[in-house]
Amino acid sequence: MPLEKPYLDVPGTTIFDAEQSRKGYWLNQFCMSLMKAENRERFKADQRAYLDEWPMSEAQKEAVLAADLNRCIALGGNIYFLAKLGATHGKSFQQMAGSMTGRTEEEYRDMMIAGGRSAEGNRRLGEDGDAQPHRQPQGNGRYGLL
Amino acid sequence: MARITASVYTSHVPAIGAAMDLGKTAEPYWQKVFSGYGYSRQWMKDNQPDVVFLVYNDHATAFSLEMIPTFAIGTAARYAVADEGWGPRPVPAVQGAPELASHIAQSVIQQDFDLTIVNKMDVDHGLTVPLSLMCGEQHPQTGAWPFKVIPFAVNVVQYPVPSGRRCFQLGQAIRRAIESFDEDLNVQIWGTGGMSHQLQGARAGLINRDWDNRFLDRLIDDPRSLSEVPHIDYVREAGSEGIELVMWLIARGAMADMADRPGAKPVVKHRFYHVPASNTAVGHLILEN
Repeated sequence: MPLEKPYLDVPGTTIFDAEQSRKGYWLNQFCMSLMKAENRERFKADQRAYLDEWPMSEAQKEAVLAADLNRCIALGGNIYFLAKLGATHGKSFQQMAGSMTGRTEEEYRDMMIAGGRSAEGNRRLGEDGDAQPHRQPQGNGRYGLL
Repeated sequence: MARITASVYTSHVPAIGAAMDLGKTAEPYWQKVFSGYGYSRQWMKDNQPDVVFLVYNDHATAFSLEMIPTFAIGTAARYAVADEGWGPRPVPAVQGAPELASHIAQSVIQQDFDLTIVNKMDVDHGLTVPLSLMCGEQHPQTGAWPFKVIPFAVNVVQYPVPSGRRCFQLGQAIRRAIESFDEDLNVQIWGTGGMSHQLQGARAGLINRDWDNRFLDRLIDDPRSLSEVPHIDYVREAGSEGIELVMWLIARGAMADMADRPGAKPVVKHRFYHVPASNTAVGHLILEN
């Protein structure tokens, strides 16, 4: 029997389940290594060389080099692991979250101050909320943290 | 006999800790968040516990993908503050309560909840931000948290996370465990995380004020039926990271009115809700037995 996944119809959302976790194992473990200051320094000095020490796919390495968190998540990354990458680049959780929406930092911050993104139209694929695939990107930002 | 005198519920947003660590709490943006905790800090001084049983989640800090315990209880004497990538927060290390923690582990496991016992782990913002919110700034070297802490980490990172019902029943088991400890201790139980928020994908920034406030109402008045809400409802209504709210049900399940011989309903001493702190809706409750 396949694993039951009742969450696949939530737009703009990837639930970090066993399948994603298997796919992203080394990507996420690489992120864990950035909890040590000396590793952060080594990574920043030569990102490609540091990534080549890890048995990650080429697509995962490229997503990390682009600091594109949406792509990292599609390839098995999880935001709590990827936060170490964001922190290494000196970014906050708000900057990380905003970078996945296509909004600029200011546009995303203003959305939050105005009360955040509404759940209306964003509960299921096929509705018309601002997180639906046909409404991306949401603003004038670009994907990627850098 | 040890007794649970109160439960505290609060979000544990990392940016709140950063605002305190960087001296930004007087800025208008942050002042609105901290205004909800002025009462709480005075209440903490007036109702100082010996031990706080602190339910939180580890954010891929102590537990990587190598090990993912569903429920982990800390039985160490001391916990260092983790470096989550920005350097460790400048706050004091956390003093544990090994004897009470070991007693709770034994009692709860014998009540059929298979806890993981942890003797070494660094604690992340999930644990230290609630301490900072409730106790105010503490100097990392010369300061100290004013009580001992039993860290209790719940997996809400990799699906499946434990159900609300399981969390609620675990809270009831923790109550039995604490009340069977001989030493006369004043214990508080804190449930942390939430409220609505999503940190990933095109749906990042989701907030659901109505749903959050109904959650607070039901947590106070009818936690048993609230505990039946399935995961998918949290994801759809409160965002993928809003699932952290199941941890609040552990603390609520440990209150006197949910005991085998129910005591009186808890008194709501304080309730606060504010949007936003960074990506997140901040919710906060203090319930006294």
